[in-house]
Amino acid sequence: MRWKAVASFAVAVALCSSCGSSAPASSSPSAVGGTITIFAASSLTAAYTAISNDFQTTHPGSMVKVIPGGSSTLAAQIQQGAIGDVFASADQPNMQKLVDAGLVAGSPSIFAHNRLEIVIGAGNPKHITGLSDLAHSGLVVVLCAPAVPCGRYATQALQKAGVTVKPASQETDVKAVVSKVALGEADAGIVYVTDVKAASAAVQGVEIPAGQNVVADYPVAVLKDSQNVPLAKAFVSYLLGAGQQTLARYGFTGP
Amino acid sequence: MALPVRRARRARPAAPVALLVLAAVGAAFFVVPLIGLVLRTPWGATWDQLRSPEVLTALRLSLLASASATAIALVFGVPLAWTFARLNFPGRAVMRAVTVLPMVLPPVVGGVALLLAFGRRGLLGGWLATTFGVHLPFTTIGAIIAETFVAMPFLVITVEAGLRSMDTRFEDAARTLGASRWTVLWRVTLPLVRPSLVAGAVLCWARALGEFGATITFAGNFPGRTQTMPLAVYLALETNPDAAIVLSLVLLAVSLAVLIGLRDRWLGSS
Repeated sequence: MRWKAVASFAVAVALCSSCGSSAPASSSPSAVGGTITIFAASSLTAAYTAISNDFQTTHPGSMVKVIPGGSSTLAAQIQQGAIGDVFASADQPNMQKLVDAGLVAGSPSIFAHNRLEIVIGAGNPKHITGLSDLAHSGLVVVLCAPAVPCGRYATQALQKAGVTVKPASQETDVKAVVSKVALGEADAGIVYVTDVKAASAAVQGVEIPAGQNVVADYPVAVLKDSQNVPLAKAFVSYLLGAGQQTLARYGFTGP
Repeated sequence: MALPVRRARRARPAAPVALLVLAAVGAAFFVVPLIGLVLRTPWGATWDQLRSPEVLTALRLSLLASASATAIALVFGVPLAWTFARLNFPGRAVMRAVTVLPMVLPPVVGGVALLLAFGRRGLLGGWLATTFGVHLPFTTIGAIIAETFVAMPFLVITVEAGLRSMDTRFEDAARTLGASRWTVLWRVTLPLVRPSLVAGAVLCWARALGEFGATITFAGNFPGRTQTMPLAVYLALETNPDAAIVLSLVLLAVSLAVLIGLRDRWLGSS
């Protein structure tokens, strides 16, 4: 008698493990719902938070979790088996790593572009007007580490401008560069236009002319191990459609 | 005849099976990640990775910074531990809590706090810069300070516990025989708490060696200046996971060697 009860319980559990995902689909086939996790480059943090809030309003019953981080960190975490649904990178090489590893479903699409800017303390106490000023000795300059996209882009921009900078630190992500300047520990850094826009009033930006600037491509893709492909796909198409307005508000330019 | 049997039983306490199972799970929790690291190590490339200048630079800096942090912690931490253990003063409980706070504080928060204290615009940092021309953030000294901040509490609480549990009658005897307070401290107190001193210093050193969050926040990351082994591991993980695994293994081997070696030598192998 007893083992029968146990067996029927086990069967019930086995049946129920599939009912969680199939139940919403059977009630209305076109509706998407559930939860998705987005791995987003640090520079996307503010924009993605706004977009995921909008997305949740237009897609009732859905829940979007944004995990920000350096693109290379996130790519490494996904390669080590982190479970998520969408990856948005601040550069192509880190996305390509996942494509090569067979971790991406379909092909990535570019959804935004970003440019670089010099971040300085509010009021420009050191009178910085361009990249060439960053070479002055006595100026504390922080950049992203060469492994991080913003570090690679900064190196390219400095090369184009023919400027050699001795950074005090090579930070692990772009937000760390902004915060070092915002706290007054560094005089200047090279970050994305969008980071200056999203930062506090403690910092301001100095434009880098187009001839010296670098355009960053932001690719997005649904991950192969996604547990909720319909919602992940819906999010990506929202990003390429209605989400563009929000991205523009945060300083990104369209694809 | 009954007596020896009872003694034999007492010598080997009966272990409840459930306890052993839980202990095994607990041990596996520490052992499995180690095995994972060793299994994934690209042994063929290990030697080349180890000889690379980046690894040697990071290792050298890590050893220098962690040893310096331990030395600083000994100089200031032992007097602090003595004060907590022997003196009764108002606010002692609060002072003690503040001292061990870095043990529970997220290291990144510790790094921010250090910036607000010793940064260019910090409470003391501005004064240090204008008076002595000393800048701590983004320097090796900054990395050492970050490590000391996080690691010193381990030394303080270990030594304090040793001082509290020691037999103070030896000190009293030395005093009645005419020894000065200083002599008593050097000749009686410190030798008696030597095991706690060594254990505290080793714990402190190990914590300093592994320090990441406070260092990267306060001192930043630059090879040869502030990029210690944990920072190098973190960055390598993004570009070259094999190098990161080798670096982790080096860090692990160095820590394990020192922990085992010191234990046998000074604390008894039991």
